[in-house]
Amino acid sequence: MILSTIHTGIGNLGHLLVIISFVAAIASAMSYGRASHLNEISTGSWLKMGRGLFWLHGLAVLGTVITLFVIIYNNYFEYHYAWSHSSVNLAVHYIIACFWEGQEGSFLIWSFWNALLGFILIQTNKKWEAPVMTVFAAVQIFLTSMILGVVLGDIKIGSSPFLLLRDVISDPIFLINPDFVPEDGTGLNPLLQNYWMVIHPPMTFLGFACTLIPFSFCIAGLWKKDYKDWVRPALPWTIFGGVILGTAIIMGAYWAYETLNFGGYWNWDPVENAVYIPWLIMIASMHTMIIFRKNNTALKTSIVLVISTFILVLYATFLVRSGILGNTSVHSFTDLGLSGQLLIYLLFFVGVSIFMAARVWKHIPTSEKEASAYSREFWIFMGALTLCLMAFQVLVPTSFPVMNSIVELFGGLSSLAPPANQVAFYSEWQVWFGIGLALLSGTGQFFFWKKMDKSKIITAITGPVVVSLLISALIFSVAKVNKPVYILVLVAGVYSIVSNGKILFDLLQSKSYKLTGGSIAHMGIAMMLIGIMFSEGYSRVISKNTTTISRDFTEEQNSNNVVLFLNDKKIMGGYELLYKREAMEARGVPGYIKKSYLNDTEDAHYKTANVPIVVKDQTYAQPGDTLYFRNPENTYHEIQYTSLRSGRSFTLYPRTQVNEQMGQTIVSPDIKKQWNRDLYTFVALQSDFDDEFTEWEKEKMQVIQPGEQFFINDYVAIFQGLERIDKVNFVTLDPDDAAVKANILVYGDDGDTLKMEPKFIIKDNNVAKPPELNQEIASRITLEEINPEDGSIGLGIETTQKDWIVLQAIEKPHINVLWIGTLVMILGFIIATRRRYVEFVKMRDKGV
Amino acid sequence: MKKSSLIGLVVIAIAIAIIVSTAGDASSYVSFDEAKTLAAAGGDRSIHVVGELKKDAAGNVVGLKPSADKLSVEFILIDDQQKEQKVYLNQPMPSDLLKSDKVVIIGGYHEEQFVADKVLLKCPSKYEEKSL
Repeated sequence: MILSTIHTGIGNLGHLLVIISFVAAIASAMSYGRASHLNEISTGSWLKMGRGLFWLHGLAVLGTVITLFVIIYNNYFEYHYAWSHSSVNLAVHYIIACFWEGQEGSFLIWSFWNALLGFILIQTNKKWEAPVMTVFAAVQIFLTSMILGVVLGDIKIGSSPFLLLRDVISDPIFLINPDFVPEDGTGLNPLLQNYWMVIHPPMTFLGFACTLIPFSFCIAGLWKKDYKDWVRPALPWTIFGGVILGTAIIMGAYWAYETLNFGGYWNWDPVENAVYIPWLIMIASMHTMIIFRKNNTALKTSIVLVISTFILVLYATFLVRSGILGNTSVHSFTDLGLSGQLLIYLLFFVGVSIFMAARVWKHIPTSEKEASAYSREFWIFMGALTLCLMAFQVLVPTSFPVMNSIVELFGGLSSLAPPANQVAFYSEWQVWFGIGLALLSGTGQFFFWKKMDKSKIITAITGPVVVSLLISALIFSVAKVNKPVYILVLVAGVYSIVSNGKILFDLLQSKSYKLTGGSIAHMGIAMMLIGIMFSEGYSRVISKNTTTISRDFTEEQNSNNVVLFLNDKKIMGGYELLYKREAMEARGVPGYIKKSYLNDTEDAHYKTANVPIVVKDQTYAQPGDTLYFRNPENTYHEIQYTSLRSGRSFTLYPRTQVNEQMGQTIVSPDIKKQWNRDLYTFVALQSDFDDEFTEWEKEKMQVIQPGEQFFINDYVAIFQGLERIDKVNFVTLDPDDAAVKANILVYGDDGDTLKMEPKFIIKDNNVAKPPELNQEIASRITLEEINPEDGSIGLGIETTQKDWIVLQAIEKPHINVLWIGTLVMILGFIIATRRRYVEFVKMRDKGV
Repeated sequence: MKKSSLIGLVVIAIAIAIIVSTAGDASSYVSFDEAKTLAAAGGDRSIHVVGELKKDAAGNVVGLKPSADKLSVEFILIDDQQKEQKVYLNQPMPSDLLKSDKVVIIGGYHEEQFVADKVLLKCPSKYEEKSL
């Protein structure tokens, strides 16, 4: 047993900081609220107090973040959070990722962003400080309460990340030694050990935090009955939030595409939807706010949409973290028993928003005049409506689990399940909204910059329409788009690119660079639409074949998979495929190492080489050398593709991961990227010679002299001699015990030399003869007997079918158009954010 | 009619269409008997059935057979009403099928046979560590 000290001080410090941040947030909200009530600006005493307390709050949050990070970074496994989310075998950047693997850490990063944005607002906006920061501090009360970890009677408030392991887990070892510290943590889930895990979650929470800014300004406007002025400072932050959250969503999509095997970047999983919905509403609110800034209409719509965005973020949080999604999602958090608290958080702000809006609703100025169909407002407003309908269509089925729960709450029985084919179900609607958006964004731009009437618009629009029809016809004939709805997507998308491109061209000519954000972002969206249409609509399984399911069920079925046997070529979809080896990734060795070259040790992270490991003429390990494997749960399957047409070949390494944390095997694709398509390949199933479905031939006995050649499963083998060994994995050899191994060389495919070492162990006068399995030559051999008189051995040889994998390969045409489109969209957003922020600063400085 | 009222009507119409279509496409969790009745009534909608693999007294899964070409698998599922049903899955055997606690199959009856297009497994996960 390892004696170690428990670092209780740092945990107490963390807990204290959480309590300080919680109390300071309450006090700050109250002071700021009082200051707002008294209309104090810049120097009022309540205002100063609120500001000071918010700084204290923010610094305490920062302190909490640092404390938790120190605990994780230093492997203080006496803490439950470190133990359950980190381990010693993690690379440094994944140690950062551990921070937000758990609910507590992700709440913490969220409130950290809120505090940071609060600091920026305090510095940049004096006029609105009091009411805006009241809302900020109120939100922070709820967020910090989630990690408070205080128990009052039967009520638990929040889940603290600073709990000691012994206080969370009851294990007899703590009775024997309360200071027991595990040597290693259980680690960051291997599936999440990916660079996207470092960047995607904080980006998402920054996006969430950004929705708080327009919400706070809106509530402040309603509160102070200053119905119009809040829009100007809120708008740049709405656009900024839109690009951050949008980028975060796309990062998540790309991550899913690269590592998960469902064959796409978007699976309409409830967790994905939960973030997509507020993003759409946020973009809609951004557009209505732009209308309002132009001509004072759409104010009420903007208020409703800004509030809805924030409420939908809270709803998303509730869905993802309360455990209500249960079986319907692959990646919701586990329930920490915070669902009640999350519900209060949600309902509190729903109540406050409705109250604040209802109180002054009839005083909010509206414009009586009808928007003309030739005005930009009309077109932008239609676009915003389309975005809302898009969000609504996703919201309804995503809320099924909530509806089931509500019905059950009232004693009913509801068993609504998500649509069986989610992708088809959502796409069917979303594609039409997408077409609508492309047409609206293409046409709306013409009205944006000039006054239009019927005759002018016809002249303005004819050129782009003709050009886009020509381009579409060209693409149509080359790429053979044949489904009517896809033709519409193509035409609408090209139209949006052409007409926005024309506006962009005009703007560049008049050197109005800073106004180009809108047209660039719209071009990006249209490219994304076209990219999605091609890559999803024309995604093609190239490993298709027909099969008979079972002897009892002879109807022919299409199968999307092929079986590949080791070193056996197979033709598929214009390629010759060759499954060459199972391999692993070792530290310090480039590429991958064949599994048969490695012997296990007692620690899965360390394996010894049984032949020299040579890569590109350089030797990285001699037989017997130990290599380190950071992720021994990962196996890579080397598959060589040779094009039948060009004869060129490339190699893919799809991965399978035996993920014990999730209790399942996770398969990840490898993707060959070409300019006009991706070739996406994953291993659906691999042979496991230890399972019950492997049929072994009857064991054959063979007596072999040292130096004699013989055959194992048709491979030539040589018995080189016996060797006494003093170490056997998981066996302690006492002086009276003995262990011997037979050194056998096997000549594998392609002149490869493999080693097999069956063992004969005498332990406590009992004999053990563990069979030695080699997956590559599909055999297992047992050292049945040793004849000391002539040094010969008796080998039991069992053979089976060759090693195989079941492979699926999918072609995704023109997926790069989607990724390029996202970059273009992000660029447009950034330009637009800058423009609106400069506008706000100018007006503010004029006002002061 | 004012243009805004017209737009309002169109929006409401689309919203209703969304709800109707969602209700129409929603699947539901049913038992094998209900699924059979649905199929007999001519419904070809995919449904979800939740169940467990059939096990012998020693707890070993019985009746699970991957096909010879490994591209599909058949197994016996017992639903919540204790009804046994042979299920054909036209996919390679999910690698953790044997370890699963609960299996959700999505598919429907083709005459007497239940053909699943998809299975979801609920495996005993170590996500929430309760012990060392």
